[in-house]
Amino acid sequence: MYEFNYHQPTSLDEVARLLGANEEAKIVAGGMTLVPTLKFRLAKPSDLVDLVGISSLRGITDAGDALVIGAMTRHAEVERSPLVKQGIPALAALAHVIGDPAVRNRGTIGGSISNNDPAADYPAAVVGLGGTVQTTRREIAADNFFTGMFETALDRTEIVTAVRLPKPQAACYMKFKNPASRYAIVGVFVARTGGGVRVAVTGAGPCVFRVPEMEAALARSFTPDAIKDIAIPQDGLNSDIHASAEYRAHLVGVMARRAVAGCG
Amino acid sequence: MATIGTPVRRREDFRFLTGGGTYTDDINRPGQLYAYILRSQHAHARIGGIDTAPAQRSSGVVAVYTGQDMTADGVGGLPCGWQIHSKDGSPMAEPPHPVLAVDRVRYVGDPVAVVIADTLALARDAAELVNVNYAEEPAAIDPVAALQPGAPQVNSEASGNLCYDWQLGDLAAVESAFAKATRIVRLDLANNRLVPNAMEPRAAIGEFNRATGEYTLYTTSQNPHVIRLLMGAFVLHIPEARLRVVAPDVGGGFGSKIYHYPEEAIVTWAAGKVHRPVKWTAERSESFISDAHGRDHVTHVELALDAQGKFLALKVSTVANLGAYLSTFAPAIPTYLYGTLLAGTYTTPAIYCETKAVFTNTVPIDAYRGAGRPEATFVLERIVDLAADEIGMDPAELRRRNFIPKDAYPYQTPVALQYDSGDYAATLELALKAADYQGFESRRREAMGRGKLRGIGIATYIEACGIAPSAVVGSLGARAGLYESAEVRVHPTGSVSVLTGTHSHGQGHETTFSQLVADTFGIPIDNVEIVHGDTDKIPYGMGTYGSRSIAVGGTAIVKAMDKVIAKGRKIAAHLLEAAEADVEFKDGKFTVAGTDRSRTLGEVALTAYVPHNYPIDELEPGLDETAFYDPKNFTFPSGAYIAEVEIDLETGQVAVVNFTASDDFGRIINPLIVAGQVHGGLAQGIGQALLEGCVYDKASGQLLTGSYNDYAMPRADDLPTFALSTNTTLCTHNPLGVKGCGEAGAIGAPAAITNALVDALKPLGVRHLDMPATSEKLWRTIQQHRAPIAAE
Repeated sequence: MYEFNYHQPTSLDEVARLLGANEEAKIVAGGMTLVPTLKFRLAKPSDLVDLVGISSLRGITDAGDALVIGAMTRHAEVERSPLVKQGIPALAALAHVIGDPAVRNRGTIGGSISNNDPAADYPAAVVGLGGTVQTTRREIAADNFFTGMFETALDRTEIVTAVRLPKPQAACYMKFKNPASRYAIVGVFVARTGGGVRVAVTGAGPCVFRVPEMEAALARSFTPDAIKDIAIPQDGLNSDIHASAEYRAHLVGVMARRAVAGCG
Repeated sequence: MATIGTPVRRREDFRFLTGGGTYTDDINRPGQLYAYILRSQHAHARIGGIDTAPAQRSSGVVAVYTGQDMTADGVGGLPCGWQIHSKDGSPMAEPPHPVLAVDRVRYVGDPVAVVIADTLALARDAAELVNVNYAEEPAAIDPVAALQPGAPQVNSEASGNLCYDWQLGDLAAVESAFAKATRIVRLDLANNRLVPNAMEPRAAIGEFNRATGEYTLYTTSQNPHVIRLLMGAFVLHIPEARLRVVAPDVGGGFGSKIYHYPEEAIVTWAAGKVHRPVKWTAERSESFISDAHGRDHVTHVELALDAQGKFLALKVSTVANLGAYLSTFAPAIPTYLYGTLLAGTYTTPAIYCETKAVFTNTVPIDAYRGAGRPEATFVLERIVDLAADEIGMDPAELRRRNFIPKDAYPYQTPVALQYDSGDYAATLELALKAADYQGFESRRREAMGRGKLRGIGIATYIEACGIAPSAVVGSLGARAGLYESAEVRVHPTGSVSVLTGTHSHGQGHETTFSQLVADTFGIPIDNVEIVHGDTDKIPYGMGTYGSRSIAVGGTAIVKAMDKVIAKGRKIAAHLLEAAEADVEFKDGKFTVAGTDRSRTLGEVALTAYVPHNYPIDELEPGLDETAFYDPKNFTFPSGAYIAEVEIDLETGQVAVVNFTASDDFGRIINPLIVAGQVHGGLAQGIGQALLEGCVYDKASGQLLTGSYNDYAMPRADDLPTFALSTNTTLCTHNPLGVKGCGEAGAIGAPAAITNALVDALKPLGVRHLDMPATSEKLWRTIQQHRAPIAAE
């Protein structure tokens, strides 16, 4: 990697000051994407501002009808949290299939959604549950937060502080893993909530997306059969040496049906 | 207490598991500098010029060298250790292989320049300032296309990109058998290209002592003496006596650390230039584009059978990719380690094999775990399974009808090898029973109820290991002997150091060899030390590959111990005032036969080193013996593997649900280590069958699978619990009766898995699948074959 200045501030004000003072500064949370990028010399930040010292960003709280997960909460903490296992078991199960144990012990929910990798798992849950992203400036509905491939609604100096995820009546995440990277080739998060059914898909396209046709069908009848004839158009889906757009489109259907079945 | 045959835990593992190993990158020499190697980003380009001046001025930089600098200094090219002759008798094309590219780069990863600086980061910074003027040229990537007229030329010395057009066997006999055949089965298949991926990346440290003129190279090698010979004699022209090569703890090799690589010569030469030690350690991405790759064959095979299903003849035609340059042993792999194995476990009386070896603008290809034998096994076991399907016979039964019977040894195959022992039918029966082959159809039906296509596949294999008799390999083109050496030093108080020419890089030699010595000498294992990997310590030896260590290196140890015992008997006879002929050695004691008068090995050793009462007129003092052992034949491990797989009908995803491996490794010294070797081999074999596929962009020559994000290595959750068993027949030509076990799993597993997949898909009419059988490939296969059925 190239040389950079490393900062470990203890308050969000200090973070804002550091980011404001250095145009080429970057925030590092768990570093599971940024550190490899630095090692490949694909990024050359002047400064790294590490959020690890800000204790208010870490932890999981029960807000009654929702869980609030601090941005610096590690995947392993979500995976093992009794609150999550009880409130949104599908989320604990999702965290368990992210990367490998080393990644889960370092990676954070805030880092994952801020990076918005097209094949990351958390965006599917945040959109699938109809969550709200809390930042240093505002609250952003999940549907408005993920805007494109590696793009979010965040400004450069705006930082995710927590994610608020409503507890669903039932939910399930089904992931078809890339055998090499273990990222999602296709991951489908299905949630049944008081407000209806949500189906969010990661891995298949450049950014997490919902499938309104499936949501409507499932609202009428929450069974795998209800969506068996819904074909996902392959236009605009990802295509690479691991999976063609056609295969991904097919897998969205399979994973969605299995997720519905998994809701029990 | 006898330890041979018992699962002694690996003595070296405490060191490895507690971080106490010493790998090359753990070594740091005083004043050490760091080398960063600038590599070609183009598959094929002419080098118009290299401007190193800005890099030389960069902070912390001590030197920047290019291929021209090395050439000007008289540095030679990397040598090839094996020469193959074509059908017409002409020698293979052997283009020069410069250490650093001089006027042309020939693959993505080809080393172009080296930057040497105070730190690695500074070297990398400076490397970005090296300006190489490339003129890109079209690249030959696909091996079959590279042989077509008009294909881009990789090396002007190899016309049409052909290295050699080799053949083995009696074509006339094969043609005549085909003419009489009841049935001929034909198949086109490919053996996928693999990236080795040893856990420890390659590394090298060169050091030069100005006071003595001596060079030292620390390197991640499976064979330090071979590196010393090749680099010293051919590349850097340093006499052996002034060149020490140390291969300390090495974290996996699988063949990829046999070869003499450019980086070894670069750091050694550069250390002599800058008069400071120079260290280079590969990054993982660098390993993908600089470690020799494996496999990459395209093959057409035909098998002729009679009405009873007896194999009459086999005809194989293969195009083998060699990459851009000849790696050290590359020419031998698709020829004498491949064609010679095509008899397999069968009595096929006539076999013909031809191999066209082709240069392409890709990383050089050489031996990788199994090396030629997995390719041969895949060809043979796929065509046998296909034949069984086409004649409507159970694949186990077809194999039984064609096995070499157990009373037929020594068995001369039509492809040069003479097998010494084996019992293939019994090994297969053992595997069939363990796998509950008879009960499979009910499992198939049960799986279908769960939306899974379940299949079962058999593969038998034979391998030629213990590489090998020097005279034989010499006649086949090897430019080296292939014996092994050992020195057994019994110290004055009876502890023992064994200096072996083999090299352990994961095989557990420190345990297995110690067991041999402990049992032979009747001493505790803890009193035995195994020394390897340093040319200043060990006698000249050829190293470890081809599952040769126990069969060749172990036998050398036995021979050296025999000499120790012979001398010890003379000393003991003197001490016991008995005739030498009356002294026998057993359980660590020299005893006068029929009496209780004895001397321990320790007492005899002490006498040898403190020779106060000693037959000094007849015997030299000391108890330190060396033996070199050149085997009479290869060894021939064999086995029968049965894989059971399930394919998810909706997604194409495969699960290996059962895997049964029955092997004949000859005598087993340590069953725990043998099981570990089989497990590792199976993981790699299953990886090849299902996951691992090295993909180049056919136009640009860029490696598309250059990281673990894109190259799928097998992991524990990709694998079932293996059911292992052994059926032992002893090797007849070495004193231990051992055959070797290091490569078996990687040889037998790909065919077993593929046969199981094809069996699962048989209801859809599928007759073949190429590796790796990825989920999408299987899903598409299912879609394509379902459509016509649905239409009917």
